[in-house]
Amino acid sequence: MMAVLRAAWLVAQKDLVVESRSRELAYTTVFLAVACVLVFAFALVREGRAPDDAPAGILWVAVAFSGTLALGRAFERERQAETLRALLLAPVERSAVYLGKLLALLVLMAGVEAILVPVVGLLFGAPVSRAPVLLLALLASGTVGFAAVGTLFAAMLVRARSRDVLLPVVLYPVAVPVIIAGVRGTAAIFAAEPDVAGAATWLALLILFDAVFVTLALWTFAPVMSE
Amino acid sequence: MDLVETDDVSRHFGRRRALARVSLGFRAGEVTALVGPNGAGKSTLLAVLSTLLRPSSGQVRYDGRAAVAWGDDLRRHIGLLGHDLFLYADLTARENLEFFGRLYGLGGDGRLRDRVARALAEARLEDRADDRAGEFSRGLRQRLALERALLHEPRLVLLDEPFTGLDDDSVGLLAARLDGLRRSGSIVVMATHDFESADGLVDRVVAVRNGRTRELPPGAGSLRVRYQAVLREAWA
Repeated sequence: MMAVLRAAWLVAQKDLVVESRSRELAYTTVFLAVACVLVFAFALVREGRAPDDAPAGILWVAVAFSGTLALGRAFERERQAETLRALLLAPVERSAVYLGKLLALLVLMAGVEAILVPVVGLLFGAPVSRAPVLLLALLASGTVGFAAVGTLFAAMLVRARSRDVLLPVVLYPVAVPVIIAGVRGTAAIFAAEPDVAGAATWLALLILFDAVFVTLALWTFAPVMSE
Repeated sequence: MDLVETDDVSRHFGRRRALARVSLGFRAGEVTALVGPNGAGKSTLLAVLSTLLRPSSGQVRYDGRAAVAWGDDLRRHIGLLGHDLFLYADLTARENLEFFGRLYGLGGDGRLRDRVARALAEARLEDRADDRAGEFSRGLRQRLALERALLHEPRLVLLDEPFTGLDDDSVGLLAARLDGLRRSGSIVVMATHDFESADGLVDRVVAVRNGRTRELPPGAGSLRVRYQAVLREAWA
């Protein structure tokens, strides 16, 4: 187990070093997420007020769109010099490669969300600091669920010709329960009369999704990548 | 690891047959060249030997044991130089070697540092060690990629078109490296189109065509002439 975690950390560390040099993913994902929120703000906010529950939905739409962009590019890098094959040849359980890619992606998405949440608060007047720990937990667990299944699909599609088109097509139907739970949990916090117990229920559901998705992905990654 | 055998190995991609009932043995201290036209199945055979691809039928045995019986540890004994080099363009030469070295468990007690320094010296890249691999010419990247594949001292060395982009001096370096691997008892299998560079460096030659293999008998004449004779006689 320690060997898997060690190898996963090495892969994640390598991805973060590569990203820190190119900053390609950071700039593009932040730009997409902020642009998405900005467009919705112009469309929906009237006299400083947005429709009920809209900020929660828009926050999660921006997370899903920017996450999808990051997922595709993260594996495109491994495809360019076929470095994914070199990772799969390492004498460690192949699930370590999956975990490493997932970890690096989570760090990147956390960075995007750190910018996104205050922007949503500012443009939609959403009370983002009302229950910060619960909101953080919802975002963290939702992001893990989305990225867990997305990392697996992005790896599976790395050799597909239409991978950029196929990724959202296969990812969103599976990830939609995570996004719905994230939206409902966040909306419960942002509501005029906050429902903390309701948000906690959605959080529990997200944690359950995370456990299922991460377990299934770890289980299927090695056989899928062997072909 | 002293012997790698393919036993009736076939590999299909959908309806396309890439390998057809290949049975070969590769022994320690022997350099084997796989020669043949594009799409003949050479790279597929290397991918199957490296465990990256599973055979559709048949099996590969490493010292008499199937890959499944070895588990993940089998890959510690395998080094693959791919046609696409497997290098991160945004990492320096040293960082590429250190990353893969750590992944192969070579870290600790300065062991990795020594190995990396030796690999950079073998590739004659000491003065470019801290330059990004993406800034290198194809030949320099090829030399770095070879050292990356050999960093963990594998027993089974698989080289896909190792002469690509190399100048005469670099071909000489590669020849010396192959000789060193032979003397250390490694099993070397390389796929190549470059008959002239491979001539005299290899102990055995296996022609591959349409997924089928045929070993070239030892004889007089250049590698190209012997290969063409097999093409005429065996696959006419």
